[in-house]
Amino acid sequence: MSTIKLTIDGRQVEVEPGTTILEAARKLGIDIPTFCHDPELAPNGACRICVVEVEKARALVASCSAPVAPDMVVYTESERVVQARKAILRLILANHPLDCITCEKTGECKLQDYCYRYGISESDFEGEVKDLPLDDTNPFYIRDMNKCILCGRCVGRCQEINGAGAIDFINRGFNTVVGPAYGDPIEKSSCVFCGMCVDVCPVGALVPKAGIGKGRPWEVKKVKTICPYCGTGCSLYLHVKDGCIIGASPDFDGPANRGHLCSKGRFGWDFVHSEDRLTKPLIKKDGVFVEASWDEALDLVAEKVRDLIKRYGPDSLMGLSSAKATNEENYLFQKLMRSLGTNNVDHCARL
Amino acid sequence: MYEKHLMICGATGCLSSGSAKVHQALVEELAKHKLEKKCRLVMTGCPGFCEVGPIIVIYPDEVFYCRLKPQDIPELVEKHLLGGEIVERLLYKGPDVDAPARFYDTIPFYRKQKFNVLRNSGIIDPENIDEYIMRGGYRALSRALKMEPMEIIDEVKRSGLRGRGGAGFPTGLKWEFTYKAVGDKKYVVCNADEGDPGAFMDRSILEGDPHAVLEGMLIAARAIGSDEGYIYCRAEYPLAIKRLKTAIAQAEEYGFVGENILGYGFNFKFNIKEGAGAFVCGEETALLASIEGKRGMPRPRPPFPATSGLWGKPTVINNVETYANIPLILREGGLEEFVKIGTEGSKGTKVFALAGKIRNTGLCEVPMGITLREIIFDIGGGIKGGREFKAVQAGGPSGGCIPAEKLDLPVDYDSLTQAGAIMGSGGLVVMDDRTCMVDLARYFLSFTQKESCGKCIPCREGTKRMLEILERITEGLGKPDDLDRLQELASTIKDSALCGLGQTCPNPVLSTIRYFRHEYEEHINEKFCRSGVCKSLFDYFIDPELCNGCTRCARICPVGAISGERKETHVIDPEICTRCGSCVERCRQEAIKVTRVRREADVNH
Ligand SMILES: Cc1cc2nc3c(=O)[nH]c(=O)nc-3n(C[C@H](O)[C@H](O)[C@H](O)COP(=O)(O)O)c2cc1C
Ligand code: SF4
Ligand code: SF4
Ligand code: SF4
Ligand code: FES
Repeated sequence: MSTIKLTIDGRQVEVEPGTTILEAARKLGIDIPTFCHDPELAPNGACRICVVEVEKARALVASCSAPVAPDMVVYTESERVVQARKAILRLILANHPLDCITCEKTGECKLQDYCYRYGISESDFEGEVKDLPLDDTNPFYIRDMNKCILCGRCVGRCQEINGAGAIDFINRGFNTVVGPAYGDPIEKSSCVFCGMCVDVCPVGALVPKAGIGKGRPWEVKKVKTICPYCGTGCSLYLHVKDGCIIGASPDFDGPANRGHLCSKGRFGWDFVHSEDRLTKPLIKKDGVFVEASWDEALDLVAEKVRDLIKRYGPDSLMGLSSAKATNEENYLFQKLMRSLGTNNVDHCARL
Repeated sequence: MYEKHLMICGATGCLSSGSAKVHQALVEELAKHKLEKKCRLVMTGCPGFCEVGPIIVIYPDEVFYCRLKPQDIPELVEKHLLGGEIVERLLYKGPDVDAPARFYDTIPFYRKQKFNVLRNSGIIDPENIDEYIMRGGYRALSRALKMEPMEIIDEVKRSGLRGRGGAGFPTGLKWEFTYKAVGDKKYVVCNADEGDPGAFMDRSILEGDPHAVLEGMLIAARAIGSDEGYIYCRAEYPLAIKRLKTAIAQAEEYGFVGENILGYGFNFKFNIKEGAGAFVCGEETALLASIEGKRGMPRPRPPFPATSGLWGKPTVINNVETYANIPLILREGGLEEFVKIGTEGSKGTKVFALAGKIRNTGLCEVPMGITLREIIFDIGGGIKGGREFKAVQAGGPSGGCIPAEKLDLPVDYDSLTQAGAIMGSGGLVVMDDRTCMVDLARYFLSFTQKESCGKCIPCREGTKRMLEILERITEGLGKPDDLDRLQELASTIKDSALCGLGQTCPNPVLSTIRYFRHEYEEHINEKFCRSGVCKSLFDYFIDPELCNGCTRCARICPVGAISGERKETHVIDPEICTRCGSCVERCRQEAIKVTRVRREADVNH
């Protein structure tokens, strides 16, 4: 099929049919704000912050869901567009806590960014503001639906990608909320704590517990790594501050996981700095574990292995490796065992 | 052989005014006189004139009896059926006729109507397919079966038929898009959600002539190449659903539905989906989501249902009344007849539901292009109690009000839109001088805010803020810039909401501001509601010139706010009065008037 030519903010662009106006604009480096747009989900068109003006169209058009058409003429920051965006931001703020000072999301919140961009500091509407209880009964993340702008990305991710279907829209009109059925806490729902919802929430409505109060987004170094829990090889970022891991987030470009993580990869990092964690070898002497050096420990193991082989033959040995080790480490481990003369090697393929 | 046919309205309107009891009385009375073999009793669909129900029409005499009670039945049977004499007492009487009127053509309510869609309603037994066939039913289908899809579509296009569900989209064009869309499966869907408060034409058609809708859908299926259809009907319409099910079963038995229909190798299967009654589920994409078992929430279009509808397949979705028009167009010579009625841009007839302060509430079907004045005054009999007409709300919560000076507006899609209203589904709510336009706007907005699916920000949050402003104004807390804020919010919502609900819901506010700005200003600046609706913005007082001291008002007042001796002027104490309005209804002299609130500030001056 032939490509489509259109004009955005006075600049020509040529794209494939089926491309959305948003994608075409991004190709030109034009930044259209979005809250609900999610490249992995079907177009939702919920938040309307991405509206643009299209010549000859009756109303403004949501660029995230509207496909381009030949010779379309689009304005992404016209007066009419800016007026609508400002009105939408004021409407959100009228029903949103203004506690940015302590909000965990400060610094990477889309609502903050767009309010800054359009100069909206408060809302001049007076009226009802929602007052919903926090859901913080689970160990992983807090759901503060007072901050939710109902963009629906969490719902879409949970249903369309994870398949857990733990949350959906409930009620109508002003009383609409996102949550599990029957208003249950998330812990009682079919949620598997993959955290995908947390990762796509554009505001501070879904907050991982582990990092609370431990650092601002700009203080955190994001270290790209591979999750060591299992052999899938999910790519993720560890959030590090002062040498400590205070959280994690998925790598949306990771070839193995493309942004998905399981509950362990997403939330299970507290063990790293656990006081109970072994960091040095221990040798039992007179019934008590005593700290030892690596040389000491390895010498002891080597000596015992040699002794066992001599007395009972190599098949008296067995090696059990860990799923937390990499493939390469596991390879080397079995090689070691075989060089000692045994095929007794196993692996706990559980986490 | 039956000698007489007694058609008793068994539709929801008359059932609620007691037609089931009248029917029972008739059954007993006919049995008593051993007339069961001579007189056939049929529960029909709605003949439209719900105001005067329960209704019986006796054929072949063509006599229209109304406002019947079970105790009238012995006399009716005795005099009319046995004695051959018309019971004058039970005929239609009203200020619009000189003498009791006998039949449709002498009752003013019917005189300017044109029955196309309601052609069989009240005339046939909707639970008997033979009667539908006898009146020409299923002939259009058998004609369509011999035609090529594009020939069918072409006739529908040439008829100029536009969707009756609200937006008025050309039906033939929609069918053509769906016909041309690529898909291994296609669906035909009937929108019978009818969420507009006050509208009941779709229910009436389904209850009175269900086969017309089935035939319309079958023709659509043949045209676009579909073998399966859904009728999405609100669960609050149990009678309509029952009659649809009966009709489908009978049509199947007669070979109009099922496999190899009438031997043309065409298959079609109907499903009925009961909707839970959310207004937004009438919006086509929300309706399709609801059929799929999802939450009824609109999604962006394109893709339109014509290319990606139910379960992603090309789908034609039309309204009940739209489908009911199809057999009329497709039958032999039907197209020529059809295009004779209506205006250039709006062909055919439209059914309207008359409600509010109008004398003849009910359904009427009129040719497009008739004026609002004719509908309201000639057919509707004018305003109840002879009061003054103020405005008419056309198109329900998505529509707008039209004031007295526009009464001569022809009723068609384009004129109504130009006047700030819409055709919508055909709801007409008539208002008199006791309707407050600010309160009306508040009412419709509270409806749309409650019914908003909550998906998009302008609609969910914007209508809430508009509603709060309107509530403040009606409570006397309006501020000078409120009108500007309302208009600003309205334009944002219209310009940026996702679906038709949000895009049109500011219309009642905008149109009342457009035509009745002075009422808003009175509320905001003078804290006065001239219509006597917004309770904190007026006092009642008794005009001493008119009061004759009959004491009726004092006796009805629930809080004892009215004092006065018999035959002397009565007085209302505004401190005690709760503005319930009981006395106003009660006073035969119309002496109780609405006046500005006397405030401390006014007294001190
Ligand atoms: C909020 C909303 C409610 C609607 N409700 C109805 C309805 O109850 N019945 C209906 O036929 N169309 C309704 N519509 C219009 C439908 O979306 C759709 O346009 C119609 O069913 C198409 O049929 P038609 O072309 O025959 O009119 C509604 C639209 C909106 C935006
Ligand atoms: S954590 Fe995963 S499973 Fe749980 S609600 Fe969020 S997306 Fe759904
Ligand atoms: S919780 Fe976050 S992602 Fe989910 S709907 Fe609310 S704002 Fe969107
Ligand atoms: S306009 Fe209103 S009803 Fe329509 S999608 Fe938006 S919130 Fe839902
Ligand atoms: S990003 Fe387009 S509507 Fe939300």
